[in-house]
Amino acid sequence: MVAQAGIPMHDIPFVTIGGGIGSFVTVDYLRIYGVPTSQMRVLSNIDTPWQTYEFLTRCSQIPRPERIRSDSSSRPDNIWGFPSYALEEAWREKNLKYLIQVGFLEPIFDDYWTPRAGTVFRNLEREAKRIGYWDMLIKGQVRMVRKRVGGGYFTVMNPPDGTSPTKRVVFRSRFVHIAVGYPGLKYLPDLQEFRQKYGDFTHVVNAYEPHEHVYEFLKTRPGTVVVRGGGIVASRVLQRLFDDREKFNLQTQVIHIFRTFVTGSHGPHIWMRRKGGDGWAYQGFNYPKSVWGGQLKAEMRKLEGEARRQKYKDMGGTNTPKRRRWQEQMKAGRAGGYYHPFQGVVERVEPTSDGKLVSHVRSNDGTIRQPVSDFIIDCTGLEADIAEHRLFADLLQYSGAYRNPVGRLEVERHFEVKGTASGNGALYASGSATLGGYFPGVDTFLGLQVAAQEIADDLAKRGFCRKMGPLRSTAQWFKWAFNKPV
Amino acid sequence: MVPTLLGRIQTRIFLLATVGVVITALLVPILPGLDGPLSQNYRTAYLVLAAVAVLGVGWEFVYHFLMQFRWEKDWPTVFGLVTLVPEGLLLFLLLRSGAIGIIDPAPPASAFWTLFIVVWIGVWLTANGPMRVPFIRWRFRGGRLL
Repeated sequence: MVAQAGIPMHDIPFVTIGGGIGSFVTVDYLRIYGVPTSQMRVLSNIDTPWQTYEFLTRCSQIPRPERIRSDSSSRPDNIWGFPSYALEEAWREKNLKYLIQVGFLEPIFDDYWTPRAGTVFRNLEREAKRIGYWDMLIKGQVRMVRKRVGGGYFTVMNPPDGTSPTKRVVFRSRFVHIAVGYPGLKYLPDLQEFRQKYGDFTHVVNAYEPHEHVYEFLKTRPGTVVVRGGGIVASRVLQRLFDDREKFNLQTQVIHIFRTFVTGSHGPHIWMRRKGGDGWAYQGFNYPKSVWGGQLKAEMRKLEGEARRQKYKDMGGTNTPKRRRWQEQMKAGRAGGYYHPFQGVVERVEPTSDGKLVSHVRSNDGTIRQPVSDFIIDCTGLEADIAEHRLFADLLQYSGAYRNPVGRLEVERHFEVKGTASGNGALYASGSATLGGYFPGVDTFLGLQVAAQEIADDLAKRGFCRKMGPLRSTAQWFKWAFNKPV
Repeated sequence: MVPTLLGRIQTRIFLLATVGVVITALLVPILPGLDGPLSQNYRTAYLVLAAVAVLGVGWEFVYHFLMQFRWEKDWPTVFGLVTLVPEGLLLFLLLRSGAIGIIDPAPPASAFWTLFIVVWIGVWLTANGPMRVPFIRWRFRGGRLL
């Protein structure tokens, strides 16, 4: 039928949709397991696997020289995680301090050592070249994945205008992997309402959007900024505001609204208590460290339904690392009277007659505040529902996929999307869309690699590739180390 | 690697049986304070290594218990190093007191501590890096090899 309609069809055993870091680590694993580039295609609307990640990190105030929030041995360019980023940066920058920090000091006597964004991107580029990533990349916008009657799947894609004689092309494959990242940003309801009502996208910004104009404005005259949210992005934005204040001798006032204001250690019992204070919940990384391989990973793997949902709730909640530099800056800000954190729920935001913004805030103790500011930076990082993405909406509606206990896509322990099996084929998903599954840290570098390994091992079981044992793994590691093709 | 209880025990036994055995083989001929035939010294050294493994299983239960007080249920890299102090001291005192009957006579302090510390550091360094090269699933399974 497809052929009759004149739509070109390509046969390719494995396609991965997304083309971000999730797709990249999956094809990286499979290439190292021995799958040739001719057997796989990456369907994507971006040119490099780090493009979206770099855009988001840059907006949220992490340019290439700054450090991201990720463990030293979570390397998406290296399936072994050895040598760690700390070892590499110590070598490259001739700085032994990194190794001392990672081996002896973190996290008790110093902050966690974390890599520079630039280190991550540079290494991704090296690995992408090594595995022939761009030989597998096909640009376009994927519209849907559907089961095929004879087994496997059809993937329908719109190629970029002018690159194909037809508006659509179809890929017929036994295996499909979906890693399309966050379905989209979701704005706080009161800010969404403000933007729609007043058509003002300049004074109310989301931290994940480009908002450099805020910092530029503040360099030209004294101003007030309302920061909302209690996560890592809020920390980053505060750092930028305080750094600029110090560097350019500015008089910026910062009003920081926490919906949940954490005043100290919190948690249900002594074996489950997270540190906190001054509004924040403190945690080194975006999940407790043992989700990537320790106790929490092992526990979650056994849980279903309500028990799983509860476990996610227990370990969840917005948090940020307790970095020494940030603590000093906030302390100085409180003492100097230019940093004002408090608990509150914003009921609405309105413009003032002189072009500023007034937030109507109600605190839990009943206090009403109406801070006036030049800008509001939304750092809450809410994510949209998976059904906002048409690929998932289609899978949920037509292909038997369903939601997990926290509302996202339910996947098996090996990341096959439950309910979507088709003959001898399999449909996998990894990343943010699968949060709430048997493995919790899905939307992280190491989480994507955990998923990729599960998928690669499952594909080996199905005969698509050979499972990798210690000898082949070691041989492949040497190829990585000497930058030789797989 | 962030360990589970079973992972801790398996990793300890595996690394002592590989890295530990090799380091001991290389080290025994040059250990300070030892006289007597080399075969006797090797026998004593490997029995000490076995004692580290056996007592270590008990220690791992203690560490696992202490880890429960940590929100992240993690075990920072440096903990894996400094635990050599209590473990070394306990084993040394047990040897001194004659509680481990099959290791008789107990090795002199200089030989014991040299061997113990070098093996410990070798195992610690391997566990924090090179171990991941042959065993790609090990770190995602809390240190389990089986």
